[in-house]
Amino acid sequence: MKVYYIAIAEAWRLLTSGDALVMPVIGMSLTVSGSAVAMAALIGIPLGYMLGLSRFGGRAALMVLVNTSMGFPPVVVGLFVYLALTRWGPLGFLDMLFTPRAMVVAQVFLATPLVIGVTASAVASVARDLRLQLRALGASRLQEGLAIILEARRGVMASVIAGFGAIISEVGAVSIVGGGIEGKTEVMTTAIVANVGRGDFGIAMAWAFILIGIALMINVALTTVQNLGSAYDR
Amino acid sequence: MTAEASDMLAPPTAPAVRGEGIKVVYRRRTAVDVPSIEVAAGKTYALLGASGAGKSTLLRVLGLLERPAEGRVFIDGVEASGKDLATRRTIAAVFQKPYLLRATVGANVGYGLKLRRVPKREREQRLSDALARVGLAGWEGRSALTLSGGEAQRVALARALVLRPRILLLDEPLSYMDPLLKRSLTLEFAEILKSERVTALYVTHDRDEAAVVADRIGIMRDGRLVSEGDPETVLTLPTDEWVASFLDAEAPAEGLVATSGEGVMTLACGDAMIIAVGDLPLGSRVLVGVPSEDVLLFEHGVQIPRTSARNQLDGVVSEVAPAGAAMRITVAVGDLRLASTVSRSSAADLRLAPGSLVTLLFKATAVRVRPRDTIAPIV
Repeated sequence: MKVYYIAIAEAWRLLTSGDALVMPVIGMSLTVSGSAVAMAALIGIPLGYMLGLSRFGGRAALMVLVNTSMGFPPVVVGLFVYLALTRWGPLGFLDMLFTPRAMVVAQVFLATPLVIGVTASAVASVARDLRLQLRALGASRLQEGLAIILEARRGVMASVIAGFGAIISEVGAVSIVGGGIEGKTEVMTTAIVANVGRGDFGIAMAWAFILIGIALMINVALTTVQNLGSAYDR
Repeated sequence: MTAEASDMLAPPTAPAVRGEGIKVVYRRRTAVDVPSIEVAAGKTYALLGASGAGKSTLLRVLGLLERPAEGRVFIDGVEASGKDLATRRTIAAVFQKPYLLRATVGANVGYGLKLRRVPKREREQRLSDALARVGLAGWEGRSALTLSGGEAQRVALARALVLRPRILLLDEPLSYMDPLLKRSLTLEFAEILKSERVTALYVTHDRDEAAVVADRIGIMRDGRLVSEGDPETVLTLPTDEWVASFLDAEAPAEGLVATSGEGVMTLACGDAMIIAVGDLPLGSRVLVGVPSEDVLLFEHGVQIPRTSARNQLDGVVSEVAPAGAAMRITVAVGDLRLASTVSRSSAADLRLAPGSLVTLLFKATAVRVRPRDTIAPIV
């Protein structure tokens, strides 16, 4: 049990001492995963909408592809992105490896399938005839899409929450493409791995508590947004 | 003025909606095949038919919500398609289910106005007017998801009316209502459609509903229009056996105009001679029907009271069947079959049974006549 007490005390010390190394790590985690989920939402919500509502040949195959990539191991994604960005890789000229931008790219690949998949099933559950009704009230294609997404807002928001939850807590991809360089690309999850490696279990646990606490706060905020307008529900 | 000039000055007479050569095919099955259909401006046209007859599909095509495999749609005489947003915005629709958005009643009714960027003040005014129109004044703030079926359908109607559409599509708007609510809403809808002077296309499978709302009725079967005309003619004079059984009416008899003059005709229907109003040319082939409500029935041999009814025919009861609260008595007059609706107690008093001899009495004005082949029967 002793390790837990040490960890709690250590977490408190880390957060309150104003340790110059703590806040940048938290900030890096939030910046990388926050921008990645924002990009994933921008890409994934429209694609999920199209996949959920359009009928075209190969749709089922595409859905299988999306569902499979929802469960892709972060290390594998990290490896692919690493190989693309490495000096001798096809995108090596970008000189992005071991930078936060590379981490964002890897996390976009991780979060986007989740956003697409969950959004697709959310909009597909909106009655098809509602689209007809919206069109019959004079909605243009864009207005129709916005109304459907608004109608499926809980599911669409859930897709963003799922995407964020997956990437804020993953370590495989960020450590491969970011390298977990202290003061440069270190995030909370790579800090845990590094401290475990050094045998500093107290500090590792402290980071774990901080990570869980922050994830919890963010999810409370997102869930609140998700439930806005629930007053209209039965 | 020359004839040409007067033509040019004539008021525009283009029908509000016209379909030409409409064909819709689903998986190689022809769902709709209608060579021509017109809805006059300001009138209500009811498409009547059984489920799967293609009524709703035709409605969607004419309302620019679905593209047909073949054919063209004209709105106010101008060819139109679903791509013309401006034209599409002159049309509004109410469907079988209200499909309200997860929002307030006000947001639902105001949705179409918002799409059209109507200024807020005007929007609120029109919104409250429209809600008042459907008997829901002051309901703006309520959640649309807590409404009963009847209330939700009124909101759906208000949502369409608030747009002041030129053309209103109504696709079985009352089919989910209980009979009592349906009857009152049917009357309400009919009254609103008349007073708004909107051109309406009304799909239903209920002949009584169609009779109440429509200025013109088209009956559809297997994607085709099999009968079309004013409600009285269409509902009382089926064009063939199928239409008759669908309308629960007597199949029409075929006849020939034997005499004609001064607005009165004698029609030879098999052995029977029927006097009717009209002036079709002598020898015309016609379809003849008499609504069962207009036929009085007496025991054979009793003293018939003096009336103005000019048709008196003797016949044999061939069938006695319940029809709603009343009884429907089918009588064979030679080859001709006529029906009379009598109350259940009268049917019991007269001890009517197949084989009973009876006398039928009906007015010449009750006889419906239409020239044969106005609508080609299905073969």
